[in-house]
Amino acid sequence: MNDKLYKVLLFAVALIMPVVCGGVVYALVTDAYEAFEHFGFLNFLTSSEWSYTEGAEQYGALPFITGTLMTTLLALIFCIPFSLPVALFVGEYFEGTKVAAVLSTVTDLLAGIPSIIYGLWGFYTLRPIIMALNISPQGSGVLTASLVLAIMIIPYAASLSAEFIKMVPNDLKEGAYSLGATRAEVIRKIVFPVAGSGIFSSYILAIGRALGETMTVTMLIGNTNNIPDSITSTGNSMASIIANQFGEADDLRLSSLIAIGLILFLITAAINMVGKIMIKRARIV
Amino acid sequence: MKKILSSMMTLAVVLALTACGGNSNDGGRKAQELSGAGATFPLPFYNVVFENFSQVNGDVVAYGGIGSGGGVRNLRDKIVDFAGSDAFLSDKEMAEMNPVIHIPTCMGAVVVAYNLDGVDELKLSGEVIADIFAGNIKMWNDERLATLNPDVTLPAEAIIPVFRSDGSGTTFVFTDYLTKVSPMWKEKFGAGKSVNFPSGQAAKGNPGVAGVVKQTKNSIGYVGSEYAFAQNIPYAQIQNVRGEFVLPSSASISAAASGVIPADTRCSITNADAAGAYPISTFTWMIIYKEQNYSDRSKEQAVATLDLLQYILSDEVQKITSEVHYAPLPDKAKELSMKNLKAVTFDGEAILQ
Repeated sequence: MNDKLYKVLLFAVALIMPVVCGGVVYALVTDAYEAFEHFGFLNFLTSSEWSYTEGAEQYGALPFITGTLMTTLLALIFCIPFSLPVALFVGEYFEGTKVAAVLSTVTDLLAGIPSIIYGLWGFYTLRPIIMALNISPQGSGVLTASLVLAIMIIPYAASLSAEFIKMVPNDLKEGAYSLGATRAEVIRKIVFPVAGSGIFSSYILAIGRALGETMTVTMLIGNTNNIPDSITSTGNSMASIIANQFGEADDLRLSSLIAIGLILFLITAAINMVGKIMIKRARIV
Repeated sequence: MKKILSSMMTLAVVLALTACGGNSNDGGRKAQELSGAGATFPLPFYNVVFENFSQVNGDVVAYGGIGSGGGVRNLRDKIVDFAGSDAFLSDKEMAEMNPVIHIPTCMGAVVVAYNLDGVDELKLSGEVIADIFAGNIKMWNDERLATLNPDVTLPAEAIIPVFRSDGSGTTFVFTDYLTKVSPMWKEKFGAGKSVNFPSGQAAKGNPGVAGVVKQTKNSIGYVGSEYAFAQNIPYAQIQNVRGEFVLPSSASISAAASGVIPADTRCSITNADAAGAYPISTFTWMIIYKEQNYSDRSKEQAVATLDLLQYILSDEVQKITSEVHYAPLPDKAKELSMKNLKAVTFDGEAILQ
């Protein structure tokens, strides 16, 4: 009897999550409908106009999709040379040592810092450096946002990759060593191929994190509504345009912002799903 | 969805109201909790006023600086007692909602702040400002800037215009001015709370723009006067209709309102034709419904709302304006506003006698 009650309760509580998720999707779709209907779904995705002129309002998501993809991709590129060595250090070279424990704790600590702090650091420290180096006159832009994003996603990529590197069976590595392989060869020929899809999935999850990052990007990207023509120019990401404009938006503009939110939701969900599937595969190996 | 949300918020407000109360004020009514939302431009002034008001009356005012447009939307959704706005409602917007009245609370200026090494005096004309923000004047050592500033050596650096990334009453006032002084601006960009600035970078809110200008060499941006002052950023003298170069100050802002004010106080005073007038000046308004019985509001709440507005119009409060870098309302605006307040009703009956 008690067991049954417990089961029913558990079921009811577990049901809340899918209901909330469904509710979010429902609300996004209904509120975004006006924009899709007015501009056409494909046209909305591919139009680069974001123009407020009353009566001739024209909203398209392309500049923001581009902005999001550019910052995310750059952040990923900047993050790899830092996160991969950390993962190897913690998961292979110094596995189980105190140094590794300290390093992994410090890396994980980075994940706990609120994004506004990263934003402030980027705004007051990194931006003046970018200006001083003459990389861009205004300091803010896609590059600045990507650099800070890269630091933000390092812990996600590093600690998960380290886990997968640790999981590489010792027999395999010992076999390689017995054949006279050097450590570098073991890493290249054994560790990477075996842990590869796991490492890949950890980067996918890191991307998922970078895609939706709002505060930091809003503070650093420069917030202009056009497609960035170089990595040093200003732009807007999908998250930052919403953060910037929802307060004043109504009618068609609000609907367009929600439509952008929906697209962001779909992209993030798809990327996370790919990551999850890859992790599952990695476990089987 | 939106309706459910707003009714839930109203419920929360009502609950909060019934929960508090208690200490009654001298008027014999219970202390109320008022909520408003809108412009960030007058926020520093409102913070002082609301603080004083709660000490005088016991009424607590919660004001969310979410931007003029957001404030008006909250009023339209009937979830606030008043909206703060730097832009008066257009006839079209007025037609879309129940009758409202505009009460000006103070005057302010949008200043053109800049960050230039070794330059502490900069003179600009409206047309030059329009061309800078339109991206037509790209360099600080442009001929037209040099002609306006013969005594200053301007650097051969690119100008970085800084504007608002969010919709804003400040942007409206600034572009309203540019529309009046530059036919090019009027045709290509127009006036509005959001405008497609073609070059430079954007930041959120007055504090955001002020922060970016302060941090970025060779930049120029438009901000509420108070914010430029608080960040200690220099701002330009701007040429008015009479050809004078004027710095924003309480006196020069007040001078801009010396002209005719319409009965509902909805008017733009940018580019005012008056001696000593600072050309990018504006009223900032609180907007309330003419019929105060909506969303289950109590009569006491309506009375408290009017008490607040009368308090703001009082000489005592208007004196504070210049202390916090705004300017007091002209007598004419106060007179008209008191008259407009008398038209406010609760269940069809006038609240003030």
